[in-house]
Amino acid sequence: MLEIRGLTASIGEKPILKGIDLTVPDGEVHAIMGPNGAGKSTLGYVLSGRDDYTVTGGSVVYNGVDLLDMAPEQRAAAGVFLAFQAPIELPGVNNANFLRTALNAIRRAHGESELDAVQFLKLARIETKRLAMPDDMLKRNVNVGFSGGEKKRNEVLQMALLRPSLAILDETDSGLDIDALRIVADGVNALRAPTFSALVITHHQRLLDRLVPNRVHVLAHGRIVRSGGPELARELEKNGYADLLAEAA
Amino acid sequence: MSTTAETIDAISTGYKWGFETDIEMDLAPKGLNEDIVRLISARKNEPDWLLEYRLKAFAAWQKMEEPDWARVAHPPIDYQDLHYYAAPKKKDGPKSLDEVDPELLKMYEKLGIPLKERAVLAGVVDDRPQIAVDAVFDSVSVATTYREALSKVGVIFCPISEAVRDHPDLVQQYLGSVVPVADNYFSALNAAVFTDGSFCYIPKGVRCPMELSTYFRINARNTGQFERTLIVAEAGAHVSYLEGCTAPQRDENQLHAAVVELIAMDDATIKYSTVQNWYPGDENGKGGIYNFVTKRGVCRGARSKISWTQVETGSAITWKYPSCVLIGEDSVGEFYSVAVTTHHQQADTGTKMIHIGKGSTSTIVSKGISAGKSNNTYRGLVRMLPSADGARNHTQCDSLLIGDTCGAHTVPYIESRNPSARVEHEATTSKIDEEKLFYCRQRGLTEEDAVNLIVNGFCKEVLKELPMEFAVEAQKLLAVSLEGSVG
Ligand SMILES: Nc1ncnc2c1ncn2[C@@H]1O[C@H](COP(=O)(O)OP(=O)(O)O)[C@@H](O)[C@H]1O
Ligand SMILES: [Mg+2]
Repeated sequence: MLEIRGLTASIGEKPILKGIDLTVPDGEVHAIMGPNGAGKSTLGYVLSGRDDYTVTGGSVVYNGVDLLDMAPEQRAAAGVFLAFQAPIELPGVNNANFLRTALNAIRRAHGESELDAVQFLKLARIETKRLAMPDDMLKRNVNVGFSGGEKKRNEVLQMALLRPSLAILDETDSGLDIDALRIVADGVNALRAPTFSALVITHHQRLLDRLVPNRVHVLAHGRIVRSGGPELARELEKNGYADLLAEAA
Repeated sequence: MSTTAETIDAISTGYKWGFETDIEMDLAPKGLNEDIVRLISARKNEPDWLLEYRLKAFAAWQKMEEPDWARVAHPPIDYQDLHYYAAPKKKDGPKSLDEVDPELLKMYEKLGIPLKERAVLAGVVDDRPQIAVDAVFDSVSVATTYREALSKVGVIFCPISEAVRDHPDLVQQYLGSVVPVADNYFSALNAAVFTDGSFCYIPKGVRCPMELSTYFRINARNTGQFERTLIVAEAGAHVSYLEGCTAPQRDENQLHAAVVELIAMDDATIKYSTVQNWYPGDENGKGGIYNFVTKRGVCRGARSKISWTQVETGSAITWKYPSCVLIGEDSVGEFYSVAVTTHHQQADTGTKMIHIGKGSTSTIVSKGISAGKSNNTYRGLVRMLPSADGARNHTQCDSLLIGDTCGAHTVPYIESRNPSARVEHEATTSKIDEEKLFYCRQRGLTEEDAVNLIVNGFCKEVLKELPMEFAVEAQKLLAVSLEGSVG
């Protein structure tokens, strides 16, 4: 279970998150919606431990441990995965090699044996096939020269291989066509289990149609201004955020 | 001794080769003058022609000035404050490995240098590659392995001082033929006072059956190391040569000024690989080797090929431009380089490709990695002479920066005097920044793993040019060199 209490965070001197309260029980998928600049990506970064964000108050407890005390790689080992809104390019680093190094780091942290190149490729090929990704995506350098859609799919591939217990997807569906969108939804649905939970940041009802979130939250001006069931997303799709924001102001 | 070594290891700033070896030395008095040059020559029982060669070089050196065009800065070097000859005490050179001082054998073992020849046991399949090693300790060669096996196919691999005695005609014919005595300040100094180094001669049509390697170790205090390497590959010959080096960790700077000359005849190939790991100084820039090296190969024959591969992680200062003079038609020159600088290291390194022959081609791949407060400069010259019809060069020059306090500089000189020659130059600069590191760490990698992954990816093209075993070593060395360079 993820429990966020009174979380405030800033970049430099600028406060971005102004008191977030959010609980995601195990087995649930929650959607986060909200206007641009609301602080959605910031929340993802703060949960995964990016350095340039300063947590100024509140707590984040995941499965009983305080995430805020942990280095990013420790959080990853604890099951936290962030699919980046803008995935980073790593020139010269082979995608398969990167994924294997990451997977082995996490396996090591769990006391599991490391996979050699052959074992890894076997596993990776199963996932690329399932995600309808071309095999050569494994051979290319991480995200270098990938189209926007390929980058997003690569995030889903990483998620599928690393099998996190808490996935945060930051607009992974943005800019994707219908087929790719299904891949993202299938990627999350494949991981669904009583011990898995996800925070899905999105602007689109069509993704939520496939994911069917347990809860939908609206983040605006650094706060959660409204929470509800799946019907909230449909309402927002129809009416936009304007009423809500006026209400909150 | 072992206690000293362990203490030094314990306080080491990551340089794992920094121990000293306690050995009785024959040391020439400090200072450089004609008498010292004569003394070196006498100690080595050299023939007159070589003494004359040295004296000529010394006279030339005295009239020359230290070059100042490289992007390196250091306090003036006091050439009178150095010993120019340091040798382990022993009446004659060791005749076999059994005669080598056990302290020395122990040291090389500690460095991971195989000075034992592996016996070929009946029925036992040993597929590890054999490597013949010439071990140079301060001023002299202390052991050369596999000489018998090599001499069966006519390959000569021995200390150059021995070659002067046993193969004087060959040495006299080629010594200084690629790097003339007065080529530059440091090569002149080397020609005057060089003490040892390796000599390799691969006869016509022979493919050298194993890798040849020289391992240089500076041990004595206040001693300059000036070694001289000469490799001759006759028509159709092939040889792959490896060079490694380390030094103890000391507060003072030590001078290393080597000269390497390569000669390749028709259809001959010389592959020369270096993993340079001289002590780089501590994190405040104290100590470390000043490495001023002249390396040059001449492709004399048609279709001959000389390939330089270097991984430079050590030295406080690196001043080094392994070059190819491409005389033969369709001859090929290659330069693959990784140069790493951290802390206060300064590297000014690159290559010169001089195209003379028709259809000669050259490839330059340079990868500079800078971290800390270091400065890393690629300096390269591609010269197409009027005779070089259809010659081609491709240069790829990449810099990788770690952090905000280091510098990377690219200084390509291109001179083309033949309109049919083609020269291509590409350069990139990238950075290991917070964003990349965070992405990797989010996936579970430690910062160190992330840096290694990115650095190895960056160097891949060069590392794959190294012989297999060396490539693995080089990869580890890169990791150790960059330990703690982020954050
Ligand atoms: N590196 C940064 N430096 C300064 N301000 C930033 C930085 N990153 C984001 N912000 C600001 O923080 C606010 C929240 O951004 P973000 O979390 O990316 O919003 P969202 O993902 O909801 O669109 C915005 O006002 C944005 O301009
Ligand atoms: Mg965002």
